[in-house]
Amino acid sequence: MKTSRKNTLWGYLFASPWIVGFLIFGLYPIFASFYYSLCQYDVLRIPQFVGLRNYRELLFQDHYFYSAVWNTLFYTFIRSPLVIIGSLALALIVSRAARGVKFFRTIYFIPSIISGVILSVLWLWLLNPQYGLINSALQFFGLQGPLWLIDPSWSKPAIILMNIWSLGGGRMLVFLAAIQNVPTHYYEAVEMDGGGWWAKFTNVTLPFISPVLFLWFILEVIFSLQVFVEAYVMTKGGPLNSTLFYNLYLYNKAFDDFDMGYASALAWLLFILAGVITFVQFRLSKRWVYYSGGAEK
Amino acid sequence: MMQRQRESSLIFILMVVIALFFLLPFLWVLLTSLKPEAEVFSRNFLPTTLQFDNYLQLFHKIPFLLFLRNSVFITVISVIGVTLSSSLVGYAFGCMNWRGRNSLFYFVIATMMLPMQVTMIPVFVIFKEIGWLNSFKPLTVPMFLGGGAFNIFLMRQFFMTVPGSLLDAARIDGCSELAIYWKIVLPLAKPALATVAILTFMFTWNDFLGPLIYLSDKAKGTLALGLGQLAGQQQPEWAVLMAASVLMMLPVIVIFFLFQKYFIQGFTMSGIKE
Repeated sequence: MKTSRKNTLWGYLFASPWIVGFLIFGLYPIFASFYYSLCQYDVLRIPQFVGLRNYRELLFQDHYFYSAVWNTLFYTFIRSPLVIIGSLALALIVSRAARGVKFFRTIYFIPSIISGVILSVLWLWLLNPQYGLINSALQFFGLQGPLWLIDPSWSKPAIILMNIWSLGGGRMLVFLAAIQNVPTHYYEAVEMDGGGWWAKFTNVTLPFISPVLFLWFILEVIFSLQVFVEAYVMTKGGPLNSTLFYNLYLYNKAFDDFDMGYASALAWLLFILAGVITFVQFRLSKRWVYYSGGAEK
Repeated sequence: MMQRQRESSLIFILMVVIALFFLLPFLWVLLTSLKPEAEVFSRNFLPTTLQFDNYLQLFHKIPFLLFLRNSVFITVISVIGVTLSSSLVGYAFGCMNWRGRNSLFYFVIATMMLPMQVTMIPVFVIFKEIGWLNSFKPLTVPMFLGGGAFNIFLMRQFFMTVPGSLLDAARIDGCSELAIYWKIVLPLAKPALATVAILTFMFTWNDFLGPLIYLSDKAKGTLALGLGQLAGQQQPEWAVLMAASVLMMLPVIVIFFLFQKYFIQGFTMSGIKE
């Protein structure tokens, strides 16, 4: 079909809701945010240009900034591999043809429909050191559970544990779909060579699903860097700032202190940080991601 | 053969243990919400008597029905806005032929990389300047403007599967693009619409940051905000808090079991739940 001028007009007309939305809530805010980051701005008075002062303060004087970066990176680099390895293991278990396997898939997925505040409130109770389910269960096996959210060295692992529970099943389904796409004759070839399930996994499954794994490593890191609600609801950043995550600090600066310039500078530094991590992941991916070229859909 | 059998029963046991890990928390929370106050702080798994006191108390602790009404209002409007506008824009990219279409589509996809922290503050300032703070407008009106890059992508992918010959036939018969979109393509797109609607429902129902920023007036609060407030007290009343969580989870769980297929489709395609 030819693309006449009339068609083009209609095309832009149909796309116009997005275009208008992007101009107001995307394009303008990018420039405004960058400008604010160079200003002192408390919303009440007009922004006052201060050059790079916010960035200088952040990088050289603000030790909360470094706590927030450390907490967030710790959280991201522990959570991402654990969630991916855990849900890949789940996917491998439920990819076998066994009795009731579909039923178990549904069960494992159910926690994935819970998120945000509800998730945080449930786990606040589950992680209660004295009366919570987790420590009661540990005690059942004769183990003394940690203080979780009250202990600075256990607060981040506690939130990571919660996220494994709530993300595992959803990611499992993603990896399951990828595993089911692997052509079966490759497994038969390994079998003929006398290889067991580990050989099949490392020589066939892993290479075939590596593009999907790679995509989810990228997404997982981006999601982890966004952690906010959990810390806001469960710990308010404590104890001893051990869960003062980047976005919680940004929120406090913006909407408690109304220091919008400083908060905007924080936002841009996070953007750069996320960009750098993603770039490094792409560079590293050449060493382990295998594109079968054509065989994949 | 024997070894095969032993292996498969081991795996079955493993699957049961994992199922307990995923399910016991739900059961525990439900039981807590039904326990008398005094029994919450005991390690007995089962309550001696089941009672609904905590659910009744909830109505005294927070304006539950008001919050419920606000949440339902925002969610319903958002679902309508997102499904309508993402399907309209998706139609432009999936069913129409026009100059600049592909480049604009790639641009839409690229905007997914833009972190919301960067735009959050100026967007807040815009809403403040036009006097929309403390109203539901900042949470609903933008939903009618495209409905987000991901939903447009999802719609477009689905629309691409609609046979072009069907559309061309309608065009030759003199149907306008709007009529084709509304009368032919949308009725075919029910699965995609359902997926987008469910993702939007989940996101809006659970959204915390949006209401937190825009709704400082207590009477405008949503269930998510109310639950957060209740949890933030010095000495949380766990049984009441769990009752509130159960009530807020209920619609999500019901919708999950009614529309499991679309739910799972949405999740495997997006994984966007944060």
